[in-house]
Amino acid sequence: MQFDQILQYTLSGLSTGAIYALIGIGFSIIYNSTGIINFAQGEFVMLGGMLTLFFMGPLKLPLWAAIPCAVLISTLTGIVFERFAIRPLRQPTPINLVIITIGGSILMRGLAMLLWGKDTQSLPPFSGDEPIAIGGATILPQHIWILGITLVIIAINKLYFYHTISGKAMRACAYNRRAAGLVGIDVRRMVMFSFMISSAMGAVAGIIVAPLTMTAYDVGVMLGLKGFCAAIIGGMSSGAATVVGGLILGVLESLGAGLVSSGYKDAIAFIILLLILFIRPQGLFGKADSERV
Amino acid sequence: MKKELLKFLVFLVIVMAAPLAFKGGYLLNVLVFVGINTMLAIALNLLLGYAGQISLGHAGFFGLGAYLSGIMTATYGWNPWLVMPLAALIVGILAFMIGFPVLKLKGHYLAMATLGLGIIIYIVFNETVDLTGGPSGLSGIPNLTIAGTTFDTDLKNYYLIWSFTSVIVFLAVNLARSRVGRALRAIHDSEVAAQVLGVNARIIKIQIFALSAAISSLAGSLYAHTMTFISPASFGFNFSVELLTMVVIGGLGSIYGSFFGAVLLTLLPEFLREAQDYDIVIYGALLMAMVMFMPGGLVRGIPALFNRFIKPAGKGNGHA
Amino acid sequence: MRFRVIPFIGLAVSLLLCSTVFAATPIKIGALFAVTGPAAFLGEPERNTAQMVVDEINRTGGIKGRKLELIVYDTGGDATKAVQLATKLVKNDKVSAIIGPSTTGESMAVIPVAEKDHVPLISCAAGIKITDPVKHWVFKTAQNDSLAVARIYEQLQRQKINKIAILTVSDGFGASGREQLKSQAARHGITIVLDDTYGPKDTDMTAQLTKIRGSQAQAIICWGTNPGPAVIAKNARQLGLKIPLYMSHGVSSKKFIELAGEAAEGIRLPSGKVIVADMLPASDPQKKSLLAYVKDYQKHYKAEGDHFGGHAWDAVMLLKGAIERGGDAPAAIRDQLEKTRQFHGIGGTFNFSAQDHAGLGKDAFVLVEVKNRDWMIVK
Repeated sequence: MQFDQILQYTLSGLSTGAIYALIGIGFSIIYNSTGIINFAQGEFVMLGGMLTLFFMGPLKLPLWAAIPCAVLISTLTGIVFERFAIRPLRQPTPINLVIITIGGSILMRGLAMLLWGKDTQSLPPFSGDEPIAIGGATILPQHIWILGITLVIIAINKLYFYHTISGKAMRACAYNRRAAGLVGIDVRRMVMFSFMISSAMGAVAGIIVAPLTMTAYDVGVMLGLKGFCAAIIGGMSSGAATVVGGLILGVLESLGAGLVSSGYKDAIAFIILLLILFIRPQGLFGKADSERV
Repeated sequence: MKKELLKFLVFLVIVMAAPLAFKGGYLLNVLVFVGINTMLAIALNLLLGYAGQISLGHAGFFGLGAYLSGIMTATYGWNPWLVMPLAALIVGILAFMIGFPVLKLKGHYLAMATLGLGIIIYIVFNETVDLTGGPSGLSGIPNLTIAGTTFDTDLKNYYLIWSFTSVIVFLAVNLARSRVGRALRAIHDSEVAAQVLGVNARIIKIQIFALSAAISSLAGSLYAHTMTFISPASFGFNFSVELLTMVVIGGLGSIYGSFFGAVLLTLLPEFLREAQDYDIVIYGALLMAMVMFMPGGLVRGIPALFNRFIKPAGKGNGHA
Repeated sequence: MRFRVIPFIGLAVSLLLCSTVFAATPIKIGALFAVTGPAAFLGEPERNTAQMVVDEINRTGGIKGRKLELIVYDTGGDATKAVQLATKLVKNDKVSAIIGPSTTGESMAVIPVAEKDHVPLISCAAGIKITDPVKHWVFKTAQNDSLAVARIYEQLQRQKINKIAILTVSDGFGASGREQLKSQAARHGITIVLDDTYGPKDTDMTAQLTKIRGSQAQAIICWGTNPGPAVIAKNARQLGLKIPLYMSHGVSSKKFIELAGEAAEGIRLPSGKVIVADMLPASDPQKKSLLAYVKDYQKHYKAEGDHFGGHAWDAVMLLKGAIERGGDAPAAIRDQLEKTRQFHGIGGTFNFSAQDHAGLGKDAFVLVEVKNRDWMIVK
């Protein structure tokens, strides 16, 4: 019995963790190419879910057509946000960037509330909701979708960053922006790319999780923060380390809720965040040469 | 120095005379909260505007002050006047200790760490039901009394709160102009350069963090005694962001700027009320617009606009 | 042109005269609802309902020829704002009575204002401590949580279930429910074998439910408002939990069935009678009010009226009765409210007295079960 329980906690934690990982990678991609922590990252998660519902509801599109439309609009929002809020900033100090991204997230949340109301809404699962038994534990088909899509996205990410010109250019920007500029890389375009990619990833995360958790105009805040914790555990890497960070966070939360106290579940995530920042600011797996501090 | 004193006297006259204009209307009640928010904005500004260290967790310190006062007076019947400084001291010491690891971090990382801290404090308020009453809140907190006068009307509370606020303003203005203030500004501009010049940046930052937390705690105690009821919802992440907005809109590194920021943001909802659901949108847009078009805040932005458009040839003094 | 204009001016003048002569001064009623923020699911239907009822009263001639004027402010669920706005209603708008606030926390914060400034307050929140102990100026229309808990426990007793697990949300609503669940358990011979909570924004409760599955519990009682309980229902279905799942009246609206979908089937909960109005026997004294409310709400807002809106309906109608009997002076309203007997409203049949400012009995709740995506009364 005890083993079944642990297995269930772990499986539930893994699927929550996959979502954190997707959001966390979005944070890292923007951070690496611009040095910005985008506090509005969570809002793209919200946009993904809400836009899918919008395309399915009032516009009556089927699910498979609504999803790409939602991702597209979210991505455009990301580009607009970068182009009209981040780029024109005259004094891009960290404090100003924190404030403007917070302002952006409040604005997006507010507009979503005005457009689609305050009610929580539910998205239909992609392929039924008959539970699947694994050992003594059960999961839903949607969990498999979440894990599968996360894996695919990470694989595409890897291909993009290591095997395409623009991906390599973005990595160059992450290492040294000035040097990248000197060798002829259009740094501004790379910044825009990074906002595109991370808003698209946020939107996908929001869509695949919505059938399980439901969605509303204000789901972005907490998910965004958890995603950030995942990125911190992963040392702000835009690859495997952040994925592992997200999974660890998800499983610890789930185990914490199951074995310790569910009231303090959210506190667990933030205590981990603080500990990592204090003790290992380069992330759990990173080398110590990081200049995060 | 004389100019500073004059400014403070003008501020004092405005504050003391304001109730005459409102004749005990409800706006007086709002102004009581403007006073509390001014204290909080100044506390945050000392840290953000002078030492250049961001905090997204100040609502937590505010809440700690409120709950310490609330619990000790309502549940254990201690004297509120004794608890208030004690709470500020405890919160100050706590912040001092947390300050060592937290203030090692910079920029975005500091923002996230303080945010996490604020959320943890908020969760504790919610979960320690036996102590704090949990999410349903803590009621029965007594009003303050001095020599038989109970501060239970808006007018009395107004003068009580604003006396405290005025003292804080006076102290903050002086601090900003003292050796510590200059050292702080040096840290803000370049921490390395300040270190080289013999400023112990780390300790000064931590001290300001502790002072800032202690002032927030004091504001919290006063809040608890005027409201007589507190619940965790008032001390969440949103309120930390609201405080940050006050400081930014008023102007970083300007004490009176924080005062204007607090006045504006506390009164703003009164005027947005007609546009009920739209206020969150306006709020977000305002925050973005300020950073984009007036990064120095109102106290610098308005004179700058004035110089630019009204008297293009003038050499007005754009600093407040 | 001129021929057309003159009669219009004449009409306008006479209308103006009419309104000043007949309507005298309107009776001002203040309302504080959490229309935005986390408690918007309460505040929005409450505001809509209050506005609708007041319009309806005015359309049919007002109260003794005087119109009602409803002044609504949005508190956003924030206690500080609620206090400021209550002060504003009293000092600036000079209202005769206040309806709301929507949540227990805000109500507790506003009570000192009502007591100090001598204005009757009819809270729409459920927390038992709002009217226990009785405050001179404070009444409430939302059913006490204790009644909902008692209703569930009686059912469990009947089914000989004595070991239960409780899962409550960590906000004001859940905390109040948890307190009642714990304090009444012994009286009904019930042991709580597992007492767990979840956060209002949590998205996965399989951990808590797995823990419950491993315990001795014969039933689960979950206390929360949307969307949490819908997630719990889905998670319970995923885990294949076979023991009965009870919810609170916090989710007694169609929204819950819509969110939880298949997983809602078989879930039971105590609810105000409004959602099953058409199934009530004709002998039920509330039936007339309930059907009228449901019909009006559908007409005005193209949506289903729920029992949260009902709290505002009751509050306005209670005030109407009090003002009809004793005039619009705040003290008179208070005295008349306290004398209200046998008022058949949406939340139940109200009988106020000097010792009871909540006024409802156990019959305020019926136990319903979700069957085929609709509600059924459990006999």
